[in-house]
Amino acid sequence: MSAISLRNVVKRYGTGKHAVQVIHGVSAEVETGEFVVIVGPSGCGKSTLLRMVAGLEEITEGEIHIGGRVVNRLEPAERDIAMVFQNYALYPHMSVFDNMAYGLKIKKVPIAEIKTRVDKAAGILELGQLLDRKPRQLSGGQRQRVAMGRAIVRQPKVFLFDEPLSNLDAKLRAQTRIEIQKLHRELGITSLFVTHDQVEAMTLAQRMLVMNAGVMEQFGTPEEVYHRPASTFVASFIGSPPMNLLKNAPGGRPGTVMGIRPEHLDLADSGWALRVETTELLGAERLVYGRLGDEQVIVRHEEGPIAPPRPDSTIHVRPREDRIHWFEAASGKRIAA
Amino acid sequence: MVERNRPLVALSHLVMVLGVIVVAFPLYVAFVASTHTAQDIVQAPMPLLPGGNMIETYRDALFGGHVGAGSTAPAGRMMFVSLMSALIITIGKIAISLLSAFAIVYFRFPLKNFFFWAIFVTLMLPVEVRIMPTYKVVSDLGMLNTYAGLTVPLIASATATFLFRQFFLTVPDELVEAARVDGAGPMRFFKDILVPLSRTSIAALFVIQFIYGWNQYLWPLLATTTEDMYPVVIGIKRMIAGGDAANEWNVVMATAILAMLPPAVVVLLMQKWFVKGLVDSEK
Repeated sequence: MSAISLRNVVKRYGTGKHAVQVIHGVSAEVETGEFVVIVGPSGCGKSTLLRMVAGLEEITEGEIHIGGRVVNRLEPAERDIAMVFQNYALYPHMSVFDNMAYGLKIKKVPIAEIKTRVDKAAGILELGQLLDRKPRQLSGGQRQRVAMGRAIVRQPKVFLFDEPLSNLDAKLRAQTRIEIQKLHRELGITSLFVTHDQVEAMTLAQRMLVMNAGVMEQFGTPEEVYHRPASTFVASFIGSPPMNLLKNAPGGRPGTVMGIRPEHLDLADSGWALRVETTELLGAERLVYGRLGDEQVIVRHEEGPIAPPRPDSTIHVRPREDRIHWFEAASGKRIAA
Repeated sequence: MVERNRPLVALSHLVMVLGVIVVAFPLYVAFVASTHTAQDIVQAPMPLLPGGNMIETYRDALFGGHVGAGSTAPAGRMMFVSLMSALIITIGKIAISLLSAFAIVYFRFPLKNFFFWAIFVTLMLPVEVRIMPTYKVVSDLGMLNTYAGLTVPLIASATATFLFRQFFLTVPDELVEAARVDGAGPMRFFKDILVPLSRTSIAALFVIQFIYGWNQYLWPLLATTTEDMYPVVIGIKRMIAGGDAANEWNVVMATAILAMLPPAVVVLLMQKWFVKGLVDSEK
């Protein structure tokens, strides 16, 4: 049985002629214990989808099941979920302990039990010293951990994360990412994690759900999404720099788009002739921005003994045949190879 | 101060000292007058140093028992009436405003905007404008000379509702959502989160409204006719007989000083909170 099941979920704001549809029928099954990342550019509806699972937004059409129950009409507190918000949403006037205990107090869990659960969560998250502090006396990273602690003590079936790392600096973000992974391994609770950051998505996800403009473009493991993108959108959204998409590629049929990742183009003595526009050194690698006809092509190659190509010079590259992707030009859909 | 210019510093101090004297001198005269006997005060020139009759005067003022041309009701009872009405007005105003602001900000109901504007428009209608109909209603309900009559017409407050509405609008939506996920219903959220967060605004309002309630003059003048329901502000007025009658000025002044004390105490005790509530909203 899947832990979360989305069945043709639709979200519309407004009614009648002025209705704006932001989610266009998303269906997906999330297995128990799985860590699923919902990723997409801003405004693609990923947060709305998460908030529908949480019960903070009404579901216009379709059904959402959590743990086998239809939850469409249930309040967030009755759905057996816990949520970590982007700005943490800690209660400013309560101590760390009270913040974590508040939900349990409302559920009328006995005081002794609350204390054990909070102490245990504080132990896992290394918050033991901070239980008497107020949120404003904590750093961003500590607040983030309190927000996670508040989710853990509820012992829910599902964790929902709404871009919880976006307010942290880069170093702390990487560290917290690892902590979340560790936490998920220890607790094994089904998690939905929303982010717009593809690196976060690739590193955290067991499976990722890529969204664009309210439509689910692909739902698969990071490897599948990276190596077999289902559409030109996924191909260009996942991976940095993005995949080269060429409408007039050498050897391409009309009405198709060829996709080739910058790292799958090798410098060669013959092959595609690229006119170099500019180069960027990233350290171990170099990016070469060139033109093939009137289309831009990015090549990524290892920084080696060869001198960087000069602007306006011509270089030759050869695509690795087994790494070429083909897409339909009109729909952007992958053409099965 | 940006520049440390000696003549300028001296000048600014002079201005401030003059200001203090202008404000404080009448208070000082009132205090001096309250420490003399009635005969001493009417001497010309009036004494400007405290006299030796202080205890007797304040005893007379608080508990009555003196003879005078005007009312000789004890100020102790009147201060109690003032305190009760000021507290009822303040607490009632805060409670009602918190709830109505909560309704306006957090709930969707038909004609919500209409009600908001209806409340807002009453900001422009002070008690004095609606005093005749209010008097009629209160007297028909038999509420003259009661605490209810003194306070209920003054409780509804657009100012406080508006202030709380503005504060509630700044409370992040995520907090509401976190409370919903935690299972807090609307009233639970109100009690556990919204009210504690508003405590600085509540404190600021408490000070303002307590003084407003304490200093009410026109309405109690109409709504009370018996000595045991006079607030102290009315009491002072009634102690002064018109014409050439020999007023007990020392007792009048003592009562005035007594009437000034509770608002001053409230301001002093709540100063820190008051300033915090007006200046920052701690979020």
